[in-house]
Amino acid sequence: MTSPATAAPADTSGTSYWHDIPAERPWSRILKRGQTLRIIDSEGQQAVDALLYCADDPAERYSAQDTLRVQGSAYIDLGTALISNRGRVMARITADSCGRHDTSAGCCSCESNAVRFGEPTKYQHACRENFILELSKYGLGKRDIVANLNFFMNVPIDPSGNFTVVDGISAPGNYVDISAEMDVIFVISNCPQINNPCNGFDPTPIRVMISDPPAL
Amino acid sequence: MMSAERKREVREANRRRYEELRAAGQEGTSRGLPAASALDAAPIAPQAVISREEVAPGWYATVRLRRAEALRIVDDTGRSSVSMIGWREEESSERVNCADTVKVQWSAALTKGRVILSDMGRVFMSLVEDSSGAHDLLVGGSTPASTLEAFGARSRNSHENFIAAAAKVGLGLRDIPPCVSFFAPVSVDAKGAFAWDAKRKRPGDFVDLRAEMNVIVVLSNCAHPLDPARPAASGPVTLIRHRAPAAAPDDPCRTLSPEIVRAFAFTDRLYA
Repeated sequence: MTSPATAAPADTSGTSYWHDIPAERPWSRILKRGQTLRIIDSEGQQAVDALLYCADDPAERYSAQDTLRVQGSAYIDLGTALISNRGRVMARITADSCGRHDTSAGCCSCESNAVRFGEPTKYQHACRENFILELSKYGLGKRDIVANLNFFMNVPIDPSGNFTVVDGISAPGNYVDISAEMDVIFVISNCPQINNPCNGFDPTPIRVMISDPPAL
Repeated sequence: MMSAERKREVREANRRRYEELRAAGQEGTSRGLPAASALDAAPIAPQAVISREEVAPGWYATVRLRRAEALRIVDDTGRSSVSMIGWREEESSERVNCADTVKVQWSAALTKGRVILSDMGRVFMSLVEDSSGAHDLLVGGSTPASTLEAFGARSRNSHENFIAAAAKVGLGLRDIPPCVSFFAPVSVDAKGAFAWDAKRKRPGDFVDLRAEMNVIVVLSNCAHPLDPARPAASGPVTLIRHRAPAAAPDDPCRTLSPEIVRAFAFTDRLYA
């Protein structure tokens, strides 16, 4: 499941951009066609919620159901094509040192936390708050938040349908590469959830790095 | 700042609560779920029927339901799947949310006694009757690409039906969330691959969805993209809008789990 990496995961040489996203914070950037975004789980067991929008027309956006249908299976891993709601390939997973990512569990929200873990947890920071704030920079809002990717999040679904967020399997320094096949707005929420094991009950920083395609 | 010791205590307490909720949600809840409805169970009294519609293969219908009304969907031939999206009538940014539906109930299997949640921690609809128990929340409905692949030519599909239906209530592509597909026996094997179990489809299978808020739902009668019988899978489906019996205090949907009790309490507040 590990693919050859051209550089050590934390090495920023050869990248045109890098940034450490603090625990619990959002981030976004336009990823140009041909560029590759590497997301590094710097300290391990950290879920990274992500959404992609077509930069030219954000009504076209990542679709979890289209992605799973085209792939024929329930998890995101090396080679997965990320499909839009218009059936186009937005990006592909081109390297993955973790091996298991989710796209069926959605993002945490104040409202779903209140249902899942009791009303006091409504007043804890959540991915949807991050997404709303980050999307507002592009004129997008809550209605634009669709079922997202959850990198480094381990959510096995068993044949009877049992669906469980379990301890993440990503080790410190594990990374996933997403290579864009169109210009996309790439939006991340570094998940603040402290009520389930997706972040080891302790959210931590992550690193993002963008590299350009090799010169011809 | 919390001391390291205090942080560790909070982490451990949160993990304990999570494990307790998981055990209750997967072991406790599944024991408490009602059995599937028999095919001839739950006849609707004629005076309870508000309206009735047959949806031709490949087509869609938009239905408005007031809170406490119900929609019966009948797969008359046993060959159809019905994909559904929907919004809260007063605030269309609140909509069906498949991810929260599976996450909060600890299960991707919708059956009688379970609910469909909105994205706002509230109950959108309850499955008060269900003879099938074979519905899909993960793969979604047909699209131009999926019909092209299946038939070698584009045909009518749920994605375009949803766009057309959304437009007629002033909404658009941005408002189409992942859909629920009824009568679509999709399961996930140990390696994560999807499987289709045709044996779980029968003529006359039905589901009764009780609206727990005022909703607009779109029902698309298009073959599910994983149904291997796709070219022959079309058949009409019947929709019956009716007045559901009032929920009793021990209503199985309302009392399913501590999570769902809270989701109903939050929903009731909208209409208090």
